[in-house]
Amino acid sequence: MKETPPNYLDEHSVSSWLLTTDHKRIGILYLLSIVVYFAIAAVAAALMRINLLTPQGDLVLPETYNKLFTLHGVMMVWFFLIPSIPAVLGNFVIPMMIGARDVAFPKLNLLSWYLFNIGGLCALYAVICGGVDTGWTFYTPYSTTYANGHVVTMIMGVFIAGFGSILTGLNFLITIHKMRAPGMTWFRLPLFIWSLYSTSVILVLATPVLAITLLAIAVERLWGVGIFDPNLGGDPVLFQHMFWFYSHPAVYIMILPGMGVVSELITCFSRKRIFGYHFVAFSSLAIAVVGFMVWGHHMFVSSQSIYAGMVFSVLSFIVAVPSAIKIFNWTATLYKGSISYDTPMLYAFGFIGLFTIGGLTGLFLAAIAVDVHLHDTYFVIAHFHYIMVGGMVLSFMGGLHYWWPKITGRMYPEAIGRTAAIVTFIGFNLTFFPQFLLGYLGQPRRYHAYPPEFQVFHVLSTAGASILGIGYLLPLLYFLWSLKFGARAPANPWNATGLEWETASPPPRDNFEEIPIVTEDPYSYPPEPEEEAKPEPQHA
Amino acid sequence: MNFHLLPPEASAVARESDWMFWSLTALSLLICGLVFLPLCWFAIKYRRGRKVDRKLTAEVAMWKIEVTWTVIPFVIAMGLFTWSADAFFRMETPPPGAIEINVVGKQWMWKLQHAEGAREINELHIPRGVPVKLTMISQDVIHDFFVPAFRMKQDVVPGRYTTECFTPIKTGRYHLFCAQYCGTTHAAMIGWVYVMEPQDYRRWLQQGSPEPLAARGEALFHTLGCSGCHGASSKIHAPPIEGVYGHLVPLETKEFVMADDKYIRDSIVLPASQIVAGYQNLMPSFKGRISEEDLMALTAYIKSIADQTPEGYPK
Amino acid sequence: MPDHSPVHAHQFETLEQQHDADTMGMWTFLATEVLFFGGLIMCYTFGRFSYPQAFEAASHRLYVGYGGPNTAILLCSSFTMALAARAAQLGRKRKATALLILTALFGVGFLIVKGFEYHTDYLEELVPRFRFHWDGPEAAHAELFFWLYFVLTGLHAMHVTIGVVILMIVAVLSWRGRITAEKYVTVEIIGLYWHFVDIVWVFLFPLLYLIGHR
Repeated sequence: MKETPPNYLDEHSVSSWLLTTDHKRIGILYLLSIVVYFAIAAVAAALMRINLLTPQGDLVLPETYNKLFTLHGVMMVWFFLIPSIPAVLGNFVIPMMIGARDVAFPKLNLLSWYLFNIGGLCALYAVICGGVDTGWTFYTPYSTTYANGHVVTMIMGVFIAGFGSILTGLNFLITIHKMRAPGMTWFRLPLFIWSLYSTSVILVLATPVLAITLLAIAVERLWGVGIFDPNLGGDPVLFQHMFWFYSHPAVYIMILPGMGVVSELITCFSRKRIFGYHFVAFSSLAIAVVGFMVWGHHMFVSSQSIYAGMVFSVLSFIVAVPSAIKIFNWTATLYKGSISYDTPMLYAFGFIGLFTIGGLTGLFLAAIAVDVHLHDTYFVIAHFHYIMVGGMVLSFMGGLHYWWPKITGRMYPEAIGRTAAIVTFIGFNLTFFPQFLLGYLGQPRRYHAYPPEFQVFHVLSTAGASILGIGYLLPLLYFLWSLKFGARAPANPWNATGLEWETASPPPRDNFEEIPIVTEDPYSYPPEPEEEAKPEPQHA
Repeated sequence: MNFHLLPPEASAVARESDWMFWSLTALSLLICGLVFLPLCWFAIKYRRGRKVDRKLTAEVAMWKIEVTWTVIPFVIAMGLFTWSADAFFRMETPPPGAIEINVVGKQWMWKLQHAEGAREINELHIPRGVPVKLTMISQDVIHDFFVPAFRMKQDVVPGRYTTECFTPIKTGRYHLFCAQYCGTTHAAMIGWVYVMEPQDYRRWLQQGSPEPLAARGEALFHTLGCSGCHGASSKIHAPPIEGVYGHLVPLETKEFVMADDKYIRDSIVLPASQIVAGYQNLMPSFKGRISEEDLMALTAYIKSIADQTPEGYPK
Repeated sequence: MPDHSPVHAHQFETLEQQHDADTMGMWTFLATEVLFFGGLIMCYTFGRFSYPQAFEAASHRLYVGYGGPNTAILLCSSFTMALAARAAQLGRKRKATALLILTALFGVGFLIVKGFEYHTDYLEELVPRFRFHWDGPEAAHAELFFWLYFVLTGLHAMHVTIGVVILMIVAVLSWRGRITAEKYVTVEIIGLYWHFVDIVWVFLFPLLYLIGHR
């Protein structure tokens, strides 16, 4: 068996991991952390879905159910989705993709991981102490005045983790601006970088507002100062404005990186340049910017003024356009490509299908008159799961499979990889498509029990969730298996373009022996040999 | 038309809301087709290893293609926005002649009172064909009054009134749900809306000969001591109550404010926040001492004497 | 040929690249601070528009006799900070060190005045929840004003304190000759942070102390 050359994984001591400043190791540390939080949140979801098999909701007490959906939301949003692609794949890949040796501030990078986990432990402590039942949205005055439990502890967890994500975003912005290799101009950057750049803008500008909002809840809860509770002289709808001003851009943090991954996968596995590079690049920025202006579409029936509702509705329609542009460009990229069905590509196809559906259902919610009916029903749940799971999780899995050889130096088993992708796709649709119908029929969210006529949809959904669970479990198992038994990966197993493929798998500690010089546009895949009808004219 | 898969269309706006919903569905299917069919077609036709012409023509038309598939979705989006915004305006504007019903939401029940005096818990009886305007407030946290069959919902907020209007067009019994998470048994804060033929409704209203809301408000006006200052024979210089509702009131800050439900409620609960011009800040606050239902009863009484004219106020 | 003097961090190729990155990093960090304070100022704006009389009455209880001199102190400190950065850029070690210490002293002066002011607020029963008494109407809204006042000025004072500590550390480094003309960017970046802290105060002072044509 060939010895692998010296690489960043060689040192095995605990301190070499816990005190590392190597962006690649930090990416792996994040991966381990988010898998744990994901597992906790998934168990919460499983309990919820089992409880919903019967209309009376027999499995758990109402209060327990409420704590479960709160836990699921908090863990999935802040401790899984937001860090997933940026802190795992972004940390690992960005410096190599731009031809740098590390991120701009490696020590801040490590600090961000610690902040993230201190926050996570704080949130879990709140759960162990008895949990929180406010929902991940912490609406007031329920969360400030009426909720029992360890709301402040949970909020502190999110608050601390938020600083971790600000540091990650800051690091990425400076890295992308200042550390590109010679010749790597802005329009030679892979689209993954453009989308993570846009994500980082949101991370840096939106998260501080969340911090203030959470601080305000804590102050009101602890010291009774009336900001949100009308009995104390406050305004409960002010909370919603402040919360959604952050949380709507946050959902773009939870999709833009996925779109970046899809651009990489589509080009590599159809061996073609992206169609409309500039449009895809600028659409990421457009989504980030316009995404700050639409928060009121969560509040159409909140007693917000009709005119404010109009403004938010039109902007919400507008923010859909750049996403549509990406979908069309990705599809056009496939035209006359040379398409292979490797596991990452299956996830990319899944993304296009499911994100399209999720995004289109967003139009239903942007249409203010229709939103009046659909707001706070299962339709909304289905909509955001199509995007966050069908979109972001699928692209995270696709990216993880794509870069796994680079990260670990091993190949995962391809046949079972494809099987898991298909199982995930089927399980996902069975879980969440019935929820669109449930929502239209009027079943509200956050109900532990429901009228009997809705049962058939819930049963279908729970059945789908079990299949989806298998789809998640399989990669966990075979990725672990591949670490010991997977085939050793060459430097460029996919024959992809991109600087990260020009260094060994796994890479050396400083990424490159010599910093490369970039002379080509991204995705310059050569034409397929058998298609040459005539020999190419020779260039001097 | 009433399939099992569709909620009943029981209000005047339900049909339009459904038209929009199903048009959006049709549009979505179209766009899915426009994306998925080429996707599958390309994925099969251009599968690696298949001998097929992959020679790309020069990219002359790229800008045109990009602009086309930017502009067309944008135009469609604007069309959808306009249609929906127009419908929303109509949904939010109370039609004339609406019967007014008060709703108080609290953890975890709905309390409703009709102007004629009938009071209900978790149920709402209303006549077919007559517009209804609900004036709602919460006693504690935010709730939401959701009737899927009417395609209407509105948050019910503590500290301020919100309104919800609908015109039922079909008799029947329809679900009422709380649609804003409000705590432990949020899922049990549900009930029924009964739409009845108008003559059945009138009969139902008279059951138990209830006291009309305005009369109850007048009684409260005396028992709570309001008449001590605001009554005709009072020696305290307090703003008159007759003819106030629905008119502009001058404040000592030189602004004018409309005397609507919110103004009446604020005057009772936070009297110091809006002093009427020419009067002193003498009124004690009734915050915490009067329930939301009683506040609504007092408002109904004050509304009932809105036609009487006190001197010195602009119309 | 590798560049041996002065040594840059391993992830960078040149010292200039490191300085560029550090400077942009500070600007980006300040952008997050703008949003952080901005969120609080939005709360304040909401309160100011919703309860104008209560906020005005509350604002009148703050002493311009404390706030005014504090504004002057910070403005002077920004001036000495700019001079310090210039001195560092020119390699004038003594001058830079002295100016850094002077800036830090101004910062300490600000904090001392603030300390006296908080003490006065405490004596006058203007501390929400802990020691608050309000005679006029709308006590809840006046208390909201004071909550915003304490959180805004408290957070600001925390930033001043952190700035003072960093200034002293950099002053020591400068005295030891570690801030050479090539590495003066460190002083410039601290300067950015300090100017930002000053600007925040320039916003807070009129918003909190000067409501209603005083």
